[in-house]
Amino acid sequence: MKKEKKMTLTLPAEELMACGHLACQGCGATLAMRYMLKALGQKTALCIPACCWAVIDGPYPYSSLDVPIYHCAFETAASTATGVKAGLEMTGDSETTVVAWAGDGGTFDIGLQALSGAAERNEDIIYVCYDNEAYMNTGIQRSSATPYGAWTTTTPVKHFKTRPKKDIVAIMAAHRIPYIATASISHPEDFVKKMRKAKDIKGTRFFHVYAPCPTGWKSRPEDTVKLARMAVQNAYFPLCEIEDGDKVTLNLKLKDKKPVNDYIRIQGRFRHLTEAQVASIQAEVDARWERLLKNCAV
Amino acid sequence: MKKVMMGNHALSYGAMLSRSQVIAAYPITPQTQVVELLSEMCADGTLDARFIKVESEHSAMAACIGASVAGARAFTATSSQGLALMHEMLHWAAGGRHPIVMGNINRSMAPGWSIWTDQNDSLSERDTGWMQYYCASNQEVLDTVIQAFKVSERLMIPGMVILDAFALSHTYEVVDVPDQAAVDKYLPPFKPAIRLTPSDPRAFGGLTGAEHYMELRYKLQKDMEKAPALIEETGREFEKIFGRNLGLVDAYRCDDADFVFVTSGTAGFTARVVVDEFRKSGLKAGNLRIKVFRPFPFAKVREVLKKVKKAAVVDRNCSYGAHGIFYQEVKSALYGEAGMPPVFGYIAGLGGRDITTDSFKEVAAHALAKDKADEEIVWIGVKK
Ligand SMILES: Cc1ncc(C[n+]2csc(CCOP(=O)(O)OP(=O)(O)O)c2C)c(N)n1
Ligand code: SF4
Ligand SMILES: [Mg+2]
Repeated sequence: MKKEKKMTLTLPAEELMACGHLACQGCGATLAMRYMLKALGQKTALCIPACCWAVIDGPYPYSSLDVPIYHCAFETAASTATGVKAGLEMTGDSETTVVAWAGDGGTFDIGLQALSGAAERNEDIIYVCYDNEAYMNTGIQRSSATPYGAWTTTTPVKHFKTRPKKDIVAIMAAHRIPYIATASISHPEDFVKKMRKAKDIKGTRFFHVYAPCPTGWKSRPEDTVKLARMAVQNAYFPLCEIEDGDKVTLNLKLKDKKPVNDYIRIQGRFRHLTEAQVASIQAEVDARWERLLKNCAV
Repeated sequence: MKKVMMGNHALSYGAMLSRSQVIAAYPITPQTQVVELLSEMCADGTLDARFIKVESEHSAMAACIGASVAGARAFTATSSQGLALMHEMLHWAAGGRHPIVMGNINRSMAPGWSIWTDQNDSLSERDTGWMQYYCASNQEVLDTVIQAFKVSERLMIPGMVILDAFALSHTYEVVDVPDQAAVDKYLPPFKPAIRLTPSDPRAFGGLTGAEHYMELRYKLQKDMEKAPALIEETGREFEKIFGRNLGLVDAYRCDDADFVFVTSGTAGFTARVVVDEFRKSGLKAGNLRIKVFRPFPFAKVREVLKKVKKAAVVDRNCSYGAHGIFYQEVKSALYGEAGMPPVFGYIAGLGGRDITTDSFKEVAAHALAKDKADEEIVWIGVKK
């Protein structure tokens, strides 16, 4: 007799995101939302500022999500979420998880002041930045999350971005909020586990989620998850947690750290880079990785 | 209970008696005492509210919007630069139909830095979809906050209660503080028909195409058009309980007047003194103080001014390249109706320069000497 195969679900089966949303094929940001909602469940309220997700959700009067959404101004994800949490609590609902869900532009740039204010006050919200490393909604312009070397429409090949990506996790850690995590759409179990952990913590919780964007990165839609995985495995985007501003935990140790070259070379946005420039990216990634290892709790 | 208090504290008491549930505010002179008193009230339990000490006015209004859509009564206060910083969110609050009430202390816009009064800050926000009430006494400030919540929550349109910097914000007057139980009867708890809640998951303010957007704005205008009658109705209701009427305008000795000043804010009370003097010397003068600027009380203004021979509008503001802003509105209220009086426009008191009884006498001397109103804008007391 054949042995019956048992399947264990490693992610919650509940789907709070329906098909019919408006994202491009292969959009990493949609997976990020789907996994987050699986972790948090239906008792969640979202504040979404201007970003791709303001469109992805669907036009008025439709929505592809089964949770309430407030579409807020570009720079107000953190402040609107703060108000929503206060408003819900003052009207007798202290259970709902309030999430500010913003892109890298809305987080690293225009919304940084409101985010810093909310974090300093330790507002009881989860702030998620899905990072596609540019302003995609407006047609691929650079943000301060755009990495060194990348092409965007405002950093053309002849004048590509020469400054490194802003270290948002270090900025948030400096606020000494209770919980910070990086996560990737290539590692949903890790993402969901950390999101569930965050759900039970009080205070400001910050997630930096890597969400490749084939449209803006000039990559193949079918490579989205692969790119995300490569970025984790080559330490371009390591998975870690920071508690109370200084307790750093590495979630995925890299025994066999891959070179960044393969990752760089399958993205059109880096096509113009010379070998020497790629080598300088490698050196920067290595240095960051060493710093992270040093900061990790032993 | 009668209490001596400054205008700013009248705002705080209004917010407290209205049982504001979420307050998010950022300090700016001359508004600071509003939030100082409210944070004390929240700290000592006099007021059961969450006070969010945001890092900017922009965030203050964003937080009020979040609180309001979650179903809480939200209040804030600001002035001048702070109001201007909120501009984007003022459109958001009105367009999203969030009945927030905000105090604004009229302070001139920089540069040069000025903390003194004029109305260009609030009037720059006239097209955002907020209701605007211009007050002339501390009593009116306190009463209007309570009324504004009632009107705003009925129409789902936010309201701005406005008072002059220093002339009112820092001036102490006797204020009759209404009884909490009576206020509770007048102003029931805020219970919006829909709100942001997982038990009824909706998306608010998403991408809206040309096939829907215009209808949303049409509804805002239609509801705004209901506001004048509602303000009068809730004003009469207020009078029944508290003995003080809150209307669209304050027409002082206008019934049989030949010459009428049109004013707003505290200058309106100065004008009354001049009206009384003129009456003693045989000139039938009056003063029409416009209290509600948005919605503009076109019908009321027409009704009062149609019997008058001349009207002189004194503006504490200027729409550069055009006219004083109340002057423009008053003229448009009268345009096209037969038998309306000529209307003269004056600009006075910018940057906190006093508008005195002499200023009004200068206005009257100019208007009375002319038979026809031309488009000339006369600046009162300006050094040329
Ligand atoms: C105050 C303001 N400035 C500019 C814009 C235009 N705008 C809308 S979305 C956007 C970029 C969003 O980038 P990001 O936050 O990275 O999200 P993404 O579109 O990449 O998902 C910009 C510049 C706006 N809506 N509001
Ligand atoms: S542009 Fe990029 S982030 Fe935006 S919807 Fe398309 S794939 Fe997703
Ligand atoms: Mg982006």
